[in-house]
Amino acid sequence: MKRTVTIRRAQASYSRGLIVLIRKPSNIASSEITTQSNYLNRRKFMIGAGALGAAVGAERLSHFVAPQAVMADTKLTTVKSSLSTTGEALTSLKDITTYNNFYEFGTDKSDPSQNASTLQITPWSITVEGLVKKPQTFDMDRLLKLHAQEERVFRHRCVEGWSMVIPWDGYALSEFIKQCEPLASAKFVQFLSLADKKQMPLLDRVGLDWPYSEGLRMDEAMNPLATLCFGLYGETLPKQDGAPVRLVVPWKYGFKSGKSIVKVRFVADMPKTTWTEIAPNEYGFYSNVNPNVDHPRWSQKTERRIGEPIWKQRRQTLMFNGYGDKVASLYSGMDLKKYY
Amino acid sequence: MPKRAIQILWWLTFVACLMPVAWLGLRAYHGQLGADPVQAITHFTGDWTLRLLLACLSITPIRRLTPRLSWLIRFRKMLGNFAFFYASLHVLTWVVLFSGLDWHAMGADILKRRFITVGMLAWLMLSALAATSSAWAIRKLGGKRWQALHRLVYLAAIAGVLHYWWLVKPGVRTPLTDTAVLTLLLMARIVWELAHRRPRQSAGSGARPTAAAV
Repeated sequence: MKRTVTIRRAQASYSRGLIVLIRKPSNIASSEITTQSNYLNRRKFMIGAGALGAAVGAERLSHFVAPQAVMADTKLTTVKSSLSTTGEALTSLKDITTYNNFYEFGTDKSDPSQNASTLQITPWSITVEGLVKKPQTFDMDRLLKLHAQEERVFRHRCVEGWSMVIPWDGYALSEFIKQCEPLASAKFVQFLSLADKKQMPLLDRVGLDWPYSEGLRMDEAMNPLATLCFGLYGETLPKQDGAPVRLVVPWKYGFKSGKSIVKVRFVADMPKTTWTEIAPNEYGFYSNVNPNVDHPRWSQKTERRIGEPIWKQRRQTLMFNGYGDKVASLYSGMDLKKYY
Repeated sequence: MPKRAIQILWWLTFVACLMPVAWLGLRAYHGQLGADPVQAITHFTGDWTLRLLLACLSITPIRRLTPRLSWLIRFRKMLGNFAFFYASLHVLTWVVLFSGLDWHAMGADILKRRFITVGMLAWLMLSALAATSSAWAIRKLGGKRWQALHRLVYLAAIAGVLHYWWLVKPGVRTPLTDTAVLTLLLMARIVWELAHRRPRQSAGSGARPTAAAV
């Protein structure tokens, strides 16, 4: 019974044919099966835990059960971007899809890969409002075709002190912004993520103000590195990585790159952003990667590269995550210790 | 409870307390600790430290509520020492795997980061308790002094839970369960003390009032 429903939902998500998407032969999206295999893994695990006589810990222990990668089943046709980082090993698809901060689906790193299957990504659209010539809504079809999709390999540095190298697929955010036709009075752009209790049952368990809000100064948003992202590793975004459309701002800490974006708002004043609202001393609006400014609770001088052997995974954190040549000029004359 | 049964149960509990670390070792051996093994090991050992510490602290209230279970006292020392065992693994993970033996960075962290300061304090307290957990140490210290020292376990548990709250991001509520259990266990003691308040002289006379009360 449960399975039939799952399959039907999977087929429904294919009913909208997208021109740039090439369908793979498989009928059932792998994303739809994950729940079941996780369920089985969990069961297997629970039996073991029972033997420990540690019922209390059982649920927490299940964090170690590696969930299968939840990949959407559609390929993206991309061209390689000249902005890509070269010479660094890519983080594995498995790590990118099982180690996520996506608090709408739970606060543990493995929660999103286990819970995000309830996210409904079709239909999807981004509403554009605020200081624009004309408010409008972009559906996925239009967004995907708005500009040629590029493979953009960027370092991804989390404020928590770990990093990855991810081959994203998308195009310059500026291409999208041009189509939004912002007014000259727009100085900032705010990105709002989906917040729907029905799809995100754990939403209320986290003490954050939903929806998740992030923002950029207009010139930051227009920088060629700022990316509107639709996929990774050549396929549409897995749900736990922010499907179907997210932001990637590689010179800033990862939380600046909102996932599952539903609304873009052009504004005159610095918008309120989720983490800055809840802990302004820990997370500033700018949040550029900066080894010289510690997080109050840990140093940002170094980072741990996910997927590398644990005895040599620690490396120096680079100013602007190593993208200073392209973005440092945005902040000339600014005291980055003050505007962290 | 026959003596033999208690003995068997003691050993079963002993083996059960080793299961988490065995499981962790097995996972590590098979490379199944996920994308961030260091974080996984850190969280796992930290979680089990708190669990065992809370289990240890629950013995006295259970005995007071159910005198029939007073034999549980034989398990208290083991649970406390296992809490110290997992706390030590936790600290070792931080020293070796997380900090890569960078003593300078660790020193700075202990001084600057309050969650590390309070965590380190908790571990030092547990070390002192583990070091004086033998019958020999009780005799050497004298029951009264020993008991005064071992009241540190409350402070260690509070420090441990505080450490957890201070390390998670604001809005994250995962330490809530441990906090609720600890609050309950501490409240049980306060309620007991209030209900059984006796004149000063007799209250301090017993070497181990917990045992005397049963």
